[in-house]
Amino acid sequence: MNIVVCIKQVPDTQDVKMDPERGTLIREGVKSIVNPFDLYAIEEGLRIKERMGKGRVVVMTMGPPQAEDALREAIAMGADHGILISDRAFAGADTLATSYTLAKSIEKLGSPWIIICGKQAMDGDTAQVGPELATWLNFPQITYVSKIIDMGDDRIKVERLTDYGYDIVESSLPCVITVNKEINEPRLPSLRGMMKAKKFKAEVWDSSSVEVDRRYIGLDGSPTRVVSIFAPPVKKGGEKYHGEPDELARHIARKLEEIKII
Amino acid sequence: MIDYFLTEEEQMIKELARKIAEEKIIPKREYYDETQEFPWDIVKVMAESDLFRIFIPEEYEGLGGGVMALTLAVEELSRGCAGIALAFAGTALGTFPIILFGNEEQKKKYLPRVASGEVVAFALTEADAGSDAGNIKTRAIKDGDHYVLNGTKQFITNGGEAGIYVVIALTNPEKGARGASAFIVEKGTPGFSFGKKENKLGIRASATRELIFQDCRVPAENLLGKEGMGFIIAMKTFDYSRPGVAAQALGIAQAAIEEAARYAKQRVQFGVPIANFQAIQHMLADMAMKLEAARALTYQVARNIDKGNTKIAKESAMVKCLASDVAMEAALNAVQIFGGYGYMKEYPVEKLLRDAKITQIYEGTNQIMRNIIASQLLKEVR
Repeated sequence: MNIVVCIKQVPDTQDVKMDPERGTLIREGVKSIVNPFDLYAIEEGLRIKERMGKGRVVVMTMGPPQAEDALREAIAMGADHGILISDRAFAGADTLATSYTLAKSIEKLGSPWIIICGKQAMDGDTAQVGPELATWLNFPQITYVSKIIDMGDDRIKVERLTDYGYDIVESSLPCVITVNKEINEPRLPSLRGMMKAKKFKAEVWDSSSVEVDRRYIGLDGSPTRVVSIFAPPVKKGGEKYHGEPDELARHIARKLEEIKII
Repeated sequence: MIDYFLTEEEQMIKELARKIAEEKIIPKREYYDETQEFPWDIVKVMAESDLFRIFIPEEYEGLGGGVMALTLAVEELSRGCAGIALAFAGTALGTFPIILFGNEEQKKKYLPRVASGEVVAFALTEADAGSDAGNIKTRAIKDGDHYVLNGTKQFITNGGEAGIYVVIALTNPEKGARGASAFIVEKGTPGFSFGKKENKLGIRASATRELIFQDCRVPAENLLGKEGMGFIIAMKTFDYSRPGVAAQALGIAQAAIEEAARYAKQRVQFGVPIANFQAIQHMLADMAMKLEAARALTYQVARNIDKGNTKIAKESAMVKCLASDVAMEAALNAVQIFGGYGYMKEYPVEKLLRDAKITQIYEGTNQIMRNIIASQLLKEVR
């Protein structure tokens, strides 16, 4: 039975900058990392396998050839297998086309026990791929899972973190869960894992090896259009006043009146 | 950066150890320094990352990396915290006697346990036997198929926390140091207990404790090598472990330089960053030169050991002595560059100074190191 973990390679936003003219991300020289939430998904997949003493952790990602590095990181943590879904025909996909492609890939893989995603990617922040994936697959979905309380071959009971508190939810399996940072603490890679990862070659699936309806993939399958991207304007520093306390107090009071605060 | 031509595996070990230092050690070092608790959570991370496997031969579930691999790991961990790194480095020290002198059964029994993360300790020092290690008083008397141990070991790194101890005791007191033997003693053996836990200046995350043996019966099969080999085992062990102390010192010195340089670029006095002043620049330059020289020598000696060179007493003493002196100087200078802030616990350099000091003292004081170097040198030159 496959414990499928869907991950995404994202630019390390700690050092990502915007091109203010073109309104796009400057990706040159920016390090790529595994989406931080996805590390929790990988960790939970590994823990399920360890706890249940069975299952195969298969990590999947859709992306350009270099996304293999993200799979490699998962292998170093202990994942059993990695599949890279990569084809120019998949490029330009929004969340709908991405989740469709992932769903078709999971169907090709077969025998899913559980599908785990991070709650959202830190570049797009949509939190849509997990729920859409469940919809395409016609599986139940539980989002924002903070704890797996109990799991068997065909049932799962979890705790999910919401704005109003915790929900305890039960579902049949297979289902799709998305996890948040409360669920675990991702392990570091092990040396034996790193050595395995060094030699690892991802299994690459393209648009001919996955059975897809071409109307639903890539740019054509994406109803979302990004009209423009912009960084919020940087706040300008305030004005500085120098002078005697009395004078300054009067000055500030006048200013506050001007902008109708008092 | 100087390229030390690390192998792919060595590079991986270095990267992993740095990751552990950055993500797990640095955020918690202040806590462990303050509380003197043993950093079990971090030891667990090291074990799960296979770090304890690197110096264990492959046939005993290790990765067969040797002294160079150990040096790289200890250096990176110590850059984060020398005290926390010592849980790991002290385990290597305690394991070398088994790797070097254990028989097949002993290796099969103990090395896989270490590989999976069991902490080990090495016990030689006693109240009246520090530099004069030959003056130990702990006795081991053969009684049927057991040895009965009596005595007290002092200042034992990983004491109380380790599951496996290698203990040097006298089987034949008339012969002095030549009457010493080495035993593997497991925690929980009746008659083996722990005394005072020391409250220390530095490396406070490391446990330093007394071991007390009162009619402690150790199975005869736990004797390492033969009776009378205890002192040779101890000295040979140090030849292999001293590059590890050097590595610890390199990590401290590296941290001192990084902290000092970063601070010098930020700290503004007389209207400019203090890094603009030649007085500061020259201090940094001296620190960097000496560190790189110590590092080059340490790596070279580690590689020599791994290549099977067995005449390494002088060279191991050299790296331990040189690197620890460099670390002490670098830490002192880092505090000086930080000025008043350097003296405060809110900044990381006062801890580096406290931690650096022990590297000049343990596993042989630097005075003893110079004795070893000089005596060998005088033998070599005719």
